[in-house]
Amino acid sequence: MQKYSIFSLMKNAFSNHENWDLAWKDPSPKKEYDVVIIGGGGHGLATAYYLAKEHNITNVAIIEKGWIGGGNVGRNTTIIRSNYMHDDNALFSEFGMNLWRRMSQDLNYNVMFSPRGIINLAHSDAQMNVYARRGNSMRLNGIDAVLLNREQVKEIIPMADFSENVRFPIFGGLMQPSAGTARHDAVAWGYARQADSMGVDIIQNCEVTGFDVVGGKIKGVRTSRGDIKVKKIGLCVAGSTNILAEKLNMKLPIETHLLQACVSEPVKPVLDRVVTFGAGHFYISQSDKGEMVMGGDLDGYNSYAQRGNLPTLQHVLTEGIAMMPFLSKLKMLRTWGGIMDMSMDGSPIIDKTHIEGLYLNCGWCYGGFKATPASGWTFAHTIAQDRVHELNAGYNLNRFNTGYLLDEKGLGTKTWIS
Amino acid sequence: MLYIKCPHCGWRSQNEFSYGGDATVKRPKLGKEVTDQEWDDFVYNRKSLRGKHWELWQHLSGCRQWIKVERDTATHEIFKTLKASEEIS
Repeated sequence: MQKYSIFSLMKNAFSNHENWDLAWKDPSPKKEYDVVIIGGGGHGLATAYYLAKEHNITNVAIIEKGWIGGGNVGRNTTIIRSNYMHDDNALFSEFGMNLWRRMSQDLNYNVMFSPRGIINLAHSDAQMNVYARRGNSMRLNGIDAVLLNREQVKEIIPMADFSENVRFPIFGGLMQPSAGTARHDAVAWGYARQADSMGVDIIQNCEVTGFDVVGGKIKGVRTSRGDIKVKKIGLCVAGSTNILAEKLNMKLPIETHLLQACVSEPVKPVLDRVVTFGAGHFYISQSDKGEMVMGGDLDGYNSYAQRGNLPTLQHVLTEGIAMMPFLSKLKMLRTWGGIMDMSMDGSPIIDKTHIEGLYLNCGWCYGGFKATPASGWTFAHTIAQDRVHELNAGYNLNRFNTGYLLDEKGLGTKTWIS
Repeated sequence: MLYIKCPHCGWRSQNEFSYGGDATVKRPKLGKEVTDQEWDDFVYNRKSLRGKHWELWQHLSGCRQWIKVERDTATHEIFKTLKASEEIS
């Protein structure tokens, strides 16, 4: 594989950039693999990459129904953070933060990781107390957290509404300075390129139609491009998890819901942090192109549509304008939707299943993008070693049965009840 | 925008309703031993179908009644609505 550098850039400039290698190949599926990863999104591609890099398993195929990076990894609002209170979430996410920090070098691909900091705004004394507690928990786990008062927040984001007579006055906020954003597509492409270079087959336009399970063991997978013999399958299909689970006669604590996001027309640099509204569900950052990137609540009903309805968007943007009134002057450039695998306690599942050789990676709710490297790393470990790593031990499937839920926010699929 | 025909009030916009999830989930019968698996299925496990899906909605800003709605989760088309007391045929 050609290494990307200033020298390769200069060399190719002399031939009008016509001789670059393909970033990844387009192979047909072989008859047999050691591991098949279903789903060519961020998590699937990262899993394949870490299987090859950390565990030396390279006879791997990624099977993707559409094209790689066309699902949620291409539809999110690119926020990366580890501002969690519960140990299981905090340690997992902070492990991921360390992978993010060196990802561009690791993948030899510029993922434009921008640790610009995230501020969660507080709008009451009670909320300040809650944030103080969360911040302390984070610091105990080695994650940076700073509690800001109203004046400090005003200094950082003066464009927010600090007037006296507002419904939700800003009391302060909790900031994680090391949080940030990254170029989401580059993450998928970077992982794909490296995985491909180590021998992983990336097979696109290939839909899974069924599974061969004999005596409680995975024997193979049936696809629209032929049957494949394999003993280990990793499911990384986010919003399509229930569709494949049905083919395996499994019922999971997952509902598929619709989440919308949008960007405004590009404007000059105004916001150099990620900011979330504390009295509702709204988050905003500014992309390098100048667009304001915004998102918020689920549409609120089961959906596989990948497109949303106006009432939710209107509701979300009303919150945005309450927080930053200047947004009302901006024109909307694009809105889009993605389908989320909402787990019942709001935390993900990375685990083995009752079927030998079937591994599950799902339930990411809104938080899938930031988890991409840590999810891939731990899932690769779980598949390769046939046992969970201590980092994803809390993300087990049977916690719903035992009652040991990981309820960071106390909400599952019904996030609008908060 | 979804338009839902409330069996009590007629056609109304989605804004007046709130969502209540899968309408086919049944609470285990009272007065008998319930296994962990049955309870798990009732509380957490869902089919989350792609396609026709019977679900509960509440006409919150209207008659406040719970209703059953058959809706396609891929196209958002609504086929049929029933009162909460009516059985899904």
